[in-house]
Amino acid sequence: MRLTVDHVTTYRYSQPVRSVVQSHRLTPSVHEGQKSLDWDVLVSDGVPGGSYRDGAGDRVQGWTVAGPVTAITVSVRGTVETEDTSGVLRGYRESVAPGAYLRETEATALGAGLRDLVAGIAAADRLELAHALADAVAGAIAYRPGVTHAHTTAAEALTLGEGVCQDHAHVLIACARVHAIPARYVSGYLSATEDGAPHEAAHAWAELHVPGLGWVGFDAANRCCPDDRYIRLGSGSDARAAAPIRGIARGLTSAAPEALDVVVAVLASEQ
Amino acid sequence: MTTYFNEMTGTGGDLRLPYARLQDWVQSMPVELRTLKQAEAEALFRRIGITFAVYGEGGDPDRLIPFDMFPRVFAAAEWARLEKGIKQRARALNAFLVDVYGRGEIIRAGRIPARLIHENEAYEKEVAGFVPPKGVYSHIVGIDIVRTGPEEFFVLEDNCRTPSGVSYMLENREIMMRMFPALFRENRIEPVDNYSEALRRTLASVAPAKCRGEPNIVILTPGHFNSAYYEHSLLADLMGVDLVEGQDLFVEGEFVYARTTEGPKRVDVIYRRIDDDYLDPLCFRPDSMVGVPGLMDVYRSGGVSICSAPGAGVADDKAVYTYVPEMVRFYLGEEPILNNVPTWQCGKPDDCGYVLANLADLVVKEVHGSGGYGMLVGPKASAAEVEAFRLKIAADPDNYIAQPTLALSTVPTFVEEGVAPRHVDLRPYCLVGERIELVPGGLTRVALKEGSLVVNSSQGGGVKDTWVLAE
Repeated sequence: MRLTVDHVTTYRYSQPVRSVVQSHRLTPSVHEGQKSLDWDVLVSDGVPGGSYRDGAGDRVQGWTVAGPVTAITVSVRGTVETEDTSGVLRGYRESVAPGAYLRETEATALGAGLRDLVAGIAAADRLELAHALADAVAGAIAYRPGVTHAHTTAAEALTLGEGVCQDHAHVLIACARVHAIPARYVSGYLSATEDGAPHEAAHAWAELHVPGLGWVGFDAANRCCPDDRYIRLGSGSDARAAAPIRGIARGLTSAAPEALDVVVAVLASEQ
Repeated sequence: MTTYFNEMTGTGGDLRLPYARLQDWVQSMPVELRTLKQAEAEALFRRIGITFAVYGEGGDPDRLIPFDMFPRVFAAAEWARLEKGIKQRARALNAFLVDVYGRGEIIRAGRIPARLIHENEAYEKEVAGFVPPKGVYSHIVGIDIVRTGPEEFFVLEDNCRTPSGVSYMLENREIMMRMFPALFRENRIEPVDNYSEALRRTLASVAPAKCRGEPNIVILTPGHFNSAYYEHSLLADLMGVDLVEGQDLFVEGEFVYARTTEGPKRVDVIYRRIDDDYLDPLCFRPDSMVGVPGLMDVYRSGGVSICSAPGAGVADDKAVYTYVPEMVRFYLGEEPILNNVPTWQCGKPDDCGYVLANLADLVVKEVHGSGGYGMLVGPKASAAEVEAFRLKIAADPDNYIAQPTLALSTVPTFVEEGVAPRHVDLRPYCLVGERIELVPGGLTRVALKEGSLVVNSSQGGGVKDTWVLAE
């Protein structure tokens, strides 16, 4: 499938800030399931910084903006050719050992509820177990925007029983760890379905490590494995670590906070 | 009753050669003169401002670490062997770091458990696949060594991140030379004051690929509230480089710059004295106020070098320590010159059983602890303290290791009644860059309390000048 992405993030500062530094994971991963045909990231008034592939295989690009500025726009536009690999991340180069994804973070720490959720889930092999865990998470958290926020932890989301894709991914990562399955958070894009059902175009899911297959994606929010409607950008231990844009503005005060506006459109284009 | 090796008189009471001339020196110094000299030394330390905040004890944060004037002496031959062993260990530790962030050969070969590395808090995923300039992760390796006999030395622990205390090595010598110039004429003592030049050379040798010309080096300090701030400023002074805080540095484009009175100046090498977690709020702890936003992106893309390299801490973890002799064999194909202290890992059920059954005879440490906190010295502990530790270990066995109580050597030390033996350890500072260098000497810490085996400054320890005699 050919997907076109138009993703514009605007930061507005009510008082001019002295400078802005950002670190981007905004480049589609290089693997068998996807190939960028064209891809551009632009930061208004920005100077591109160092660029490299990190240990997890993500293309990282730094940016700086010299102030004073009152607004910054990050525009991502491009076309990606995708293929359904049933969620399996194949032909992907990385150097972090899967075991490093067994460490918990604040967002994916275990609570009593998480243990209860996975208690009794057993399967013949790890792939089947991973599917069973993803199903359990899908059943435990209903999709409902607005009830959770960026810093909601897996344990909190599970108690609420509602959340968005970030919460599904965090809870699934925490559940996987109970079974000693390395798991990580993936950020990316999801194209609209033909029926126009509501969805999150700026999307997130989890990858679990399965011996023999490697990393396999599970989108508990949509009860499926990522297919050719998905574009994978980057990964990390949790949402913060995998964030497509991390940034800091110097001179930002709590009295004059930043306002964030995100517009994302991901469309399947005609071949 | 344990017999301790006295470095001046051995175990038999005969004067050992390296200390020959100190015998006369002590005898020629009446109590009044000694008291006077001790006061003079203290005044000098106060004047230069070298103090060390003592965590957890309250009281005066600017308390001086007690300085004992009686030097600790190594013969040239003794040092030659130590030097070989220290350099060997520093090389192996760096080879290990490059390996575990690269292909992980030592893990594939089954010589060290993968779990111990990859699930270690000090293992930084962020630098996997990255080889720092010259293949060096730990540029200053502080190796804590104890002695139990004429030929018996053991490594207690390795410090691969930012070992502190070298300022004491430098100042102790400076003050001894000022107070007892005759001693330095009578004894041929190897100098240590070339340390700062060697450090500068080491840091310059690992400048990043994108550096043009003479590298600009800075020392990054968390600020003057840090207990080792004096050391940061001393080293900056001695090397002639800028001492900066996070707010003095900023990232623009592909490089890091320092704000100076003459405008922004590009920085090539950062000798950082802050922890990985605080280096860059974009990459590590977002609440860090002492780091530099965007630093890691510049580092990973070859715009700046960070010493020690982020991630170096995985080599000095106390559970990983057990495997250092294996690293020496695996990477260097040599037998370790310096031995480890036999160590039981409470995370292993068999080891844990042994430790719990013999708690009263062992020293138990937290895997990630430092500074002598959170440790149990079995033979010195009360029954209640032992029992409290038993519960702690049972609750989180992975967090503890245990070692036998070693019969630490003693060095004569000035005490109220005159001169008496006190237990010591040694921390040499090995420099690793394009070359590997070791200044002859190091920091000798001394447990000033009679019978005490804990030399940490936070637990009533003092310091001594450490001499290495020339051939």
